[in-house]
Parts: sequence; C-alpha cells; structure tokens
Amino acid sequence: MEAGKSPIIEVRRLTKSFGTQRVLEAISLDVYPGEVMVVIGGSGCGKSTLLRHLIGSLPPDQGSIKMFGAEITTMSEAEINKIRKRFGVVFQSGALFNSLSVGENVALPLREHTQLDASTIETMVKIKLELVGLRQHLDKMPAMLSGGMKKRAGLARAIALDPQILFYDEPTSGLDPVTAAEIDQLIVDLTRKLNVTSMVVTHQMDSAFTIAHRMCMLDSGRILKIGPRQEFESLRGSNPDQLHGEQDRLVRQFLRGDAQGPITERRTAGGYEDDLLKISLRHDV
Amino acid sequence: MRQSDSASDWEIKTAIRPIAALGRFTLGAGRRAFSMLGRMSLLFGEALCCTAKGLIVPAQRIRRDALMAQMVRVGVRAVPIVILAQMAIGMILTLQMFPKLDEFGQPEQLATINAIAGFRELGPFLTALVLCGFAGASIAAELGTMVTAEEIEALQASALNPVRFLVVPRLLATVIMTTMLTVIADVVMIASGMLTAVKLGIDSDIYFQLTLEAVDIMSFATGLIKAAVFGLLIGLIACFLGLSVKPWQGSQGVGRATTNAVVYGIVAIIVADAVFTLIFYSYGLFD
Repeated sequence: MEAGKSPIIEVRRLTKSFGTQRVLEAISLDVYPGEVMVVIGGSGCGKSTLLRHLIGSLPPDQGSIKMFGAEITTMSEAEINKIRKRFGVVFQSGALFNSLSVGENVALPLREHTQLDASTIETMVKIKLELVGLRQHLDKMPAMLSGGMKKRAGLARAIALDPQILFYDEPTSGLDPVTAAEIDQLIVDLTRKLNVTSMVVTHQMDSAFTIAHRMCMLDSGRILKIGPRQEFESLRGSNPDQLHGEQDRLVRQFLRGDAQGPITERRTAGGYEDDLLKISLRHDV
Repeated sequence: MRQSDSASDWEIKTAIRPIAALGRFTLGAGRRAFSMLGRMSLLFGEALCCTAKGLIVPAQRIRRDALMAQMVRVGVRAVPIVILAQMAIGMILTLQMFPKLDEFGQPEQLATINAIAGFRELGPFLTALVLCGFAGASIAAELGTMVTAEEIEALQASALNPVRFLVVPRLLATVIMTTMLTVIADVVMIASGMLTAVKLGIDSDIYFQLTLEAVDIMSFATGLIKAAVFGLLIGLIACFLGLSVKPWQGSQGVGRATTNAVVYGIVAIIVADAVFTLIFYSYGLFD
C-alpha cells in the first residue's frame, strides 16, 4: 500500500498439498501495518488453509512466511509461541472454551502470559468485553450465547493481549444481516481504535467491501487478483464485454455473485455425455 | 496346453488372493498399531515433561482448580458405581466358593480368598473397568468435540500448549482417582464378603483375623501400583484418541474416538494386568 512502510506479514511462494491435491500454489502477498486485508474466494479455494499457515498451525510444503520480519516456518514451537502472543485469531465459530465463562475465556491469555494480578486482569477483561459490547454477559457460559455473541466474545479474547495483528476466519458467516453488519463495524472500529493490522478471510462480499482497504481473491489455490478495494469495486460494476482476461471475468462473477459466468461454466463442463454413456455400457454387459 | 497353463495360473492366483489380502491386512494393521503406539508414547513423554515443569517452574504450574475439576469429574461421580460393583463381586465370590470350601471343612478360608482376590486383583481391575467406561469415554468425547469446535486450535493460537492445559490435568486425575477408588473398592469388597460369610455362619472375628493374616502390605501396594498404571492407561488412551479426531470428521469422528477409548482401554487394562501378574509372580512378590 504505502511505499515507505515495510510489510508486517510477508508471504512468498507458499505452496501446500494435502495428498495429491494442491491447495495452495505459490502464494505471495504482503500485508502492511494498519491496513485491513480481506482474502476472498469460493469454498475450498484455500483461503482458510492460508490463514492456518499464517497462525502457525499448519507447516507449508514450500515457501516462506515472515511476520514482524521473522521467518515463522522454520521456528520451534517455543519461538512461534512468542510470535503468537503478538497476534490474535478470531475463529469461525468463536472457538470459546466451553468449560469457562465468557470472562474467564478472555482472562485466560492474560492469566497465562502476563504477570498481572487478579484485580488488574478483571479490569482488563471488562475493558475488552466493553469494546465488543458484552460486558454484561461476563459470567455467562458460552453455550448460553447466540452465534453473533460467540464471535464477539472470541474477538474479545483475541484482543486480550493487545495484539498487533488480528486474523479473522469468516467473521460474519452464519449471522443475520444486522448482526453481520455490527461485526463489520466492530472490525473497522477496532482497527482504528487499537491500531491493529487485520487480515480477514471471508466469502461475504458485503462484508468484504465494508471493511477492506485491500483485497485479494484466491481461486484453486492461486491468487487471481490482489489490489486496493476500489479496483475490485470498479471491476464489480464493469461491463463483462469490456473485460479482456479470463481472470477478471472470474473475479467479476464472484464479486457480483452471478449464477452464470466462467466459474459455473468451469464446474459444469467436461464429459457429461461420456459419463452417462459409461453407465449404460456397464449395465448392458 | 497353453490354455491349461493359463488356467492353472489363474487358479493359483485365485488361491493366493485371500492369503495376499490377509498379508496386506496384517501389514497395514501392524503399521497402524505401531504408529499409534509411537504417537501415544510421544504424547506421554510430552505430558511427563509438562508435569515435571509444572512442579518446578512457577509460571507453568499445574492449575489446581483444573485438576480438582477433573478429579471430581473422573472419580467422585463414579464412587456409587464402584461400591455397587464391588459389593456384588464380594457377595458373588463368597457364595461361589463357600460350598467347595465347606466340603473341605475350611469355610473360614473364604476370608483369605476374598482378601487376596480383592486387594491384588479385583479391586484395581474392576475399578479400572468402571472408570474406563465412565471417565475414558467422557474424556475422549470431550477432547474430540473440542477439536471439532476449533478449541484446540484456539489454544495453540493463544500460545497455550493443549498438552499442558488439557492432557496433564486429565492424566493426573485418572491416575489419582483410580488409585483412590481402588482403596474404597478393596474395603467394600472385604466388607461385603464378610457380611455374606457371616450370614453363611462363619464367625466374624475369625473372618477378620484371617483377612488381616492374608493381606500383607505387599498385596495392598501391588494393587495400588496396578491401579495407578491402569488409570494412566485410561487417561492416556482417552486423551490420545480424543485429540486424534480431525476437525473435518465431525460427530462421526468423536463417536469413533469415544467407542475406541473404551475398547482399547479395556484391552490395555487386561494386557497390563497380565504383564503385572507375571512380573509380580516371577519376582516372588506373591509368596
């Protein structure tokens, strides 16, 4: 984004396969301090896998990931844990610890990773929960919360240690439109208030266009397009006949959520008749 | 000529096929079993390290509230079942042995049999079986569900070690509670055997005296050592299988882990019991 700043996350030629299936193919991308980078793409495009590499829960086959300037792919568990204290992760389902109350969930990282005394921790927990609007639900158990509240509680836990980077995995999926918009607003506010860098993985276009500074679209493990939000906005509104590349048409269909276009053509194409013929042959014998 | 050749070829191949399949199955199962044992040993090693660190390093100490919660969950709720099972066993054993011993003219030896069987064998063994179904299943199901709910990943992402946080308290709880419940089981079995024997006309003082003579500290101690190892096996197998659930396996994976935790747990307890008995016997601890 800004030419002067050096990236806080630097991914180079990241490649990953599960068995014979290539999930990520030479992904390279930079995230700069203070920006909201939104990674979009269809189901199974590899965006969640990318996120899992960045938070250090999956080792890559090839490539490098630098965070805060340090290579994390070759780190030991103890070293990467030091990095992990500097970022927070908001999981898709909230991933709250079910046996602990909301307050205890937020308090856990503080209790384990800081030397703060109990009353300071209690104050901190209240501050974090107030930021996400859940202070009055401090004593509730996660099972009693709605989907949106769980995600907000997960967010409060993720910001407990005042991280410099926040990762969000599908923060608005499965929520009603109003709650989703609230979460979007929360992401924007927190980015500004706490001055964090955010990386959001989502397939909700409304949400992506609300929060993103820059966007990146993944498809079959490759980056189709990466750039400022405005570029994606103009692509969404563009006339398909004026687009030259296949890639731009793919991105446009995804952004607009059209039922017809290159993505769906790709899915339905290929040997339908042959397939039917094979069935009838098998039954003839 | 050629045709019959190829025909016999075909026959041989058909005949061999089941043998080949058996070989493949055995190799595959063997490899799976060894890899599982290996990974389980790694988990045990890590749990040991974490426990040792928890005792020495103040910042990594084992959380007492977590341990207490697990001990209550593993042991306290199982107390009535263990008591019921041991009462029944004490009565059954007494009633089964009485006619034969009476025939030999030594019905009071019921006390000796009950004491030896209870302290050395049935106390730890039955307690472990009950806890395997009780705690093993629930630990495996709980950890498996935590995997599918991304809770384990969330722990790791918060730089918290799941082994230290989840496995260590559960392992300690199963070890401690199996041992403690075994003491209760021993006492209940002797009491129930004694009550039944008194009903059958044996003098309670004689019964008590013979029990004291039959039970030495060695019987009691070997029983408790066995119980501790059984508890360790229950906890380790349950934690391992629970954490081995893959997030995408969902409820099916959790169900399989739960069933396997009980089945593998029971098999492990029986095998370990056999090994212990052989060792104790060959070192003359039972003389």
